[in-house]
Amino acid sequence: MISIDLNKKTLNESKLELDDRLRAVDRIGAEKVIRTSLSLYSPSVVAEHIISTALEDLGFAWEKGEASLSQIFMAGRIAEDLVEHLYPITPISESLKTRVAIATLDDFHLLGKRIVLSVLRASGFCVLDYGRQTVPDLAARVVADGIEILLVSTLMLRAALRVLALREAIELQGHRIKIIVGGAPFRFDPRLAEEVGADAMGLTASDAIHILTDLGVARV
Amino acid sequence: MTSPPMTSMQRVLTALSHREADRVPWFLLVTIHGARELGLSIKEYFSKPEYLAEGQLRMRSRYGHDCLYGFSYAAAEAEAFGSETIFFDDGPPNAGPPIIVSANDIRTMELPRVSQVPSLVRVLEAQALMKERVGGDAPIIGVVISPFSLPIMQLGFERYLEVLEQAPDLFARLMAVNEAFCVEWANAQLAAGATAICYFDPMASSTIVTPEQYRLMGMPVAQRTLAQINGPTATHLASGRGLTIIDDIVRTGTAVVGVSVTEDLAELKTACRGRLAVLGNLNGVEMRRWSVAEAEAAVKEAISMAGSGGGFILSDNHGEIPWQVPEEVLMAIGDAVRRWGNYPLSWVDQHG
Repeated sequence: MISIDLNKKTLNESKLELDDRLRAVDRIGAEKVIRTSLSLYSPSVVAEHIISTALEDLGFAWEKGEASLSQIFMAGRIAEDLVEHLYPITPISESLKTRVAIATLDDFHLLGKRIVLSVLRASGFCVLDYGRQTVPDLAARVVADGIEILLVSTLMLRAALRVLALREAIELQGHRIKIIVGGAPFRFDPRLAEEVGADAMGLTASDAIHILTDLGVARV
Repeated sequence: MTSPPMTSMQRVLTALSHREADRVPWFLLVTIHGARELGLSIKEYFSKPEYLAEGQLRMRSRYGHDCLYGFSYAAAEAEAFGSETIFFDDGPPNAGPPIIVSANDIRTMELPRVSQVPSLVRVLEAQALMKERVGGDAPIIGVVISPFSLPIMQLGFERYLEVLEQAPDLFARLMAVNEAFCVEWANAQLAAGATAICYFDPMASSTIVTPEQYRLMGMPVAQRTLAQINGPTATHLASGRGLTIIDDIVRTGTAVVGVSVTEDLAELKTACRGRLAVLGNLNGVEMRRWSVAEAEAAVKEAISMAGSGGGFILSDNHGEIPWQVPEEVLMAIGDAVRRWGNYPLSWVDQHG
């Protein structure tokens, strides 16, 4: 009982330390925290309880105006990079894998997608990156790849409104999909997600972790 | 005996000197709605200065706001550096793929001349036409994208953030070129007929960079740039947060700050009082589905929070009204300003 409490405390301490290093854009410091954690805990525990929660906390801090997008972006990049280099490759079986993809709709501003992708990958989720897409191309790709959950990032209002057409184009081909939306227009109008027929909306990158978890997506 | 109503110019200048005018001034920052007004496609609308000027004049006549917006689209500045612009039928034009893709591109980038960029020359000609028609009755607002924010289009957000965090020499080079371009572009607009320059600086907002990063990078850029612009300037954070950097924005020498709906307008007004006029902060995204009553309530709330004592211009919080906002809502906003914005704001004192 005592050892479990001590472990919990250490997990939290490690998370706080990682949060601190990530905010400071200190890759070497962050790597040290993750390496030490991996010597104490399993890779999945480190991903879920240290890396993922540190990134989540940064997301909450951004939401409250206590962290900037540049910090979140750099933190996500560092964490994703470290996970890629420090983690053993343990692919989950195809039968357990939910096919998840992410795309930016109609815009060359890809930062929002990049942040969500980094946070999800660093947290142990396997997500395909479709880059910038138009509605017809994205619909075709989603159907061809058998994607079950699609995360759509938007910057402009007109792109956000196109999510409705995207769903129609996908479903017209007899394909069922869960669409998760995010980006500036949805932050400024909480009713917009419902209006465009989204299944869920994420206000921060860390929201995506919870949404995928709630949808039963397994981590690698 | 009642005084005659002020002209828009008088109303705005009074507000900017932190005094109460006859009523709260209202900047309706509409661009692409001019295409609808003239029955043109958005791409066609931006193709001739005559269309831009006529669109602005007709919209001011229709809605009764207190400025003309001498702005086309942000990507026009990226065009100056070689970027393409993508036009849509139902939204503002957008910059195409970033044109700076390597460190060497930054080291070798050349300063474009405003007179050689057709999309910018059209704006200058439009501002001159507006000036001819409106004279000194209403301010014509010119626009520049700040040197600190332009790289979002030039490099793409990700690459720019990496430069910002990891390559101070490249950042310095980028700012040197962008500052020179911004000053030339701003002063050309003032010479053409613009009354003031709106310095769009979303990158400065605490939504994007930390206050420390702004103080270290964005603020010195703004100080150097604004000091060389031959007219009054307003800094606009384009929906980004700014409360924590108000003192720093004051230090750049700007006269106005465009603020976000995500922050408390009364708190912003208190922080700015007597030093910066506040421009904002109606929610443009929600605005497209407002009823007349909701538009009135939003205007009333903004005026009650920031109108007293002057130093406030009512506007949207982004610096551009979305295409999807219907005419009825814009009319309702105008009606509400004329109903609730008259000084003294005795109804605010009575109820708030």
